[in-house]
Amino acid sequence: MSFVLVQVIVGGLLLGAVYALFSSGLTLVWGMMNIVNFAHGDFVMLGMYVAYVVYTLMGGGPILGAPLATLVLATLGVVVYFALIRDIMKGPMLAQILGTFGLALLLRYSVFWWFGANFLSMPQDIVGGTYAFAGLRIEASRLLAGVVALLVTFGLHLLLTRTSLGSKMLAVAEDATAAQLMGIRPDTMQAIAWAIAAGATGLAGALIANFFYIVPTVGETLAIVAFVTVSLGGFGSVPGALVAGLLIGVIESLSGYLIGAVYKDIVVYVLFLFFLWFRPQGLMGKM
Amino acid sequence: MRRLLWLSVVAAVAIAYPLLLSSPFQQRLGALVLLYAIAASAWNIVGGYAGQVSVGHVVFFGCGAYAAMGSYAKFGLSPLFGIPGGIVLAVVLAAIVGVPTLRLSGHYFSMATIAVAETMRLIVTNTDYLGAAVGLSGPTVPRNIFDLSFLSSLPYYYLFLVILAITLLITWWMANSRMGFYLRAIKDSERAARSLGAPASRTKLYAFMLSAALTSVAGALYAMMFGFVDPESGLGILISVKILIMAALGGAGLLFGPLVGAAILVPLEEISNSWLGGKGAGLTFVVYGAIIVLIARFQPGGILSLFKRRGKPGVDTGASHAP
Repeated sequence: MSFVLVQVIVGGLLLGAVYALFSSGLTLVWGMMNIVNFAHGDFVMLGMYVAYVVYTLMGGGPILGAPLATLVLATLGVVVYFALIRDIMKGPMLAQILGTFGLALLLRYSVFWWFGANFLSMPQDIVGGTYAFAGLRIEASRLLAGVVALLVTFGLHLLLTRTSLGSKMLAVAEDATAAQLMGIRPDTMQAIAWAIAAGATGLAGALIANFFYIVPTVGETLAIVAFVTVSLGGFGSVPGALVAGLLIGVIESLSGYLIGAVYKDIVVYVLFLFFLWFRPQGLMGKM
Repeated sequence: MRRLLWLSVVAAVAIAYPLLLSSPFQQRLGALVLLYAIAASAWNIVGGYAGQVSVGHVVFFGCGAYAAMGSYAKFGLSPLFGIPGGIVLAVVLAAIVGVPTLRLSGHYFSMATIAVAETMRLIVTNTDYLGAAVGLSGPTVPRNIFDLSFLSSLPYYYLFLVILAITLLITWWMANSRMGFYLRAIKDSERAARSLGAPASRTKLYAFMLSAALTSVAGALYAMMFGFVDPESGLGILISVKILIMAALGGAGLLFGPLVGAAILVPLEEISNSWLGGKGAGLTFVVYGAIIVLIARFQPGGILSLFKRRGKPGVDTGASHAP
């Protein structure tokens, strides 16, 4: 295998880890409350803009930007839960889709209105230069994003499976009324789930802001990436999202390299439709 | 009887509007309201009556728009000849998307429709035959009346009025046919409807295909009025969003809901665009987003559902009642 191909695959894995991170937020909310957040991609977009603002106003890099973006988005997640989701969850399907879709537009075009439609970007050396490793060249910003995303996604999995908080959340997901009878507040658990899900998007956004183009409409593409990841990994499954995210990162990079950059999104979307046709329960999940 | 009276009042106002308010801006506004009302009424069949929220309806709109402009730009025919082709294309595409996703829960359907629309936009943007990012143009100078290329908005207004009337008639007929009863049952509880023998998947698919066909006609009319189509105006996700919001604001699943929604939102957008200029485009969609969130949160049945309680409950429309 040529070095270039290895390079492309490694790049895909690193980006895929970030996809896995924000997709695990979507899969958590979907699995727990059976609600699809159509604004999920725009949450990531907001994370990117928070990081950008932190850089332009305070000159801070990801060390400051990433925690701040996580915090801001987690707060937004809780606000969105109490102001909107809690009520539309019980409503008809149309209300659920309209509610989060309207939120997506509101966020996307508020940013558009404030920052304009221009492509923004962070300085290339904000994290550090480029490492050469066994013939591979890896940008420090991508390496940082990939590694942090991988660790946090894995941590999220441990949180859900190994802690009492995780068990409580799973109990609410299983049967909210029964959980309530056991002394667990569904409202609190669901608000925490939204905080985690939105916080994950904030972190992911701040991480990819270092090397991605920053533009208000980027959320649309990222939302579809998250849908593909979740449908591939099986809804509600964080390990599924991790595997699927990495896979999609690699597929995207490879198709960008082999077929051409403009077609990489098409390949991912077609893959998504293909999965909806033949295996709607995902690679690892069950319906 | 009372409804017949209301209906004739609405019809009379619609016919008289461009003659009473006859400035070019007002006539154009009227035509645009009717055009979006056609598209939103078409969406209403699947999104309102069948309760399947398509967020990618622009793909059918684009089928019509590209077929109409293509028949002129590629074959030198009147754009009218593209309409049947656009309908066939839209119906086939609807079947391809609908067959797998309509079996699944509604979220999958919404996500799949977005993905299809975005895929089509990307493919068309990269296809030179379809004009790539520039798009296709219609006749600049009409060769004869069948090119449907007019300077004034007045002929478009009446053309759109006729098509809207036909669309609403089809919707009304569908809502009161066996299919309409099936759809209402499926929307209330698909499991119950299935267990009583209603062919759920097939009925939803037919509704989707019918809706796609009518949306394609709206797309063709849009392209004829503007004289061109490009990937943004013919396949951009924002067109889907506009269509969907208009129907939901007026009242999804109500016959006249989309018309009411279009009559509110089209003037709002036109006026805010002319006041705020280029900067207004972003702000318009901020307002759109806020409106959808508010409808979803407080009045998921739309504006018309506020008035509905006064009439006989549950007549003819199968409105979306909050459970």
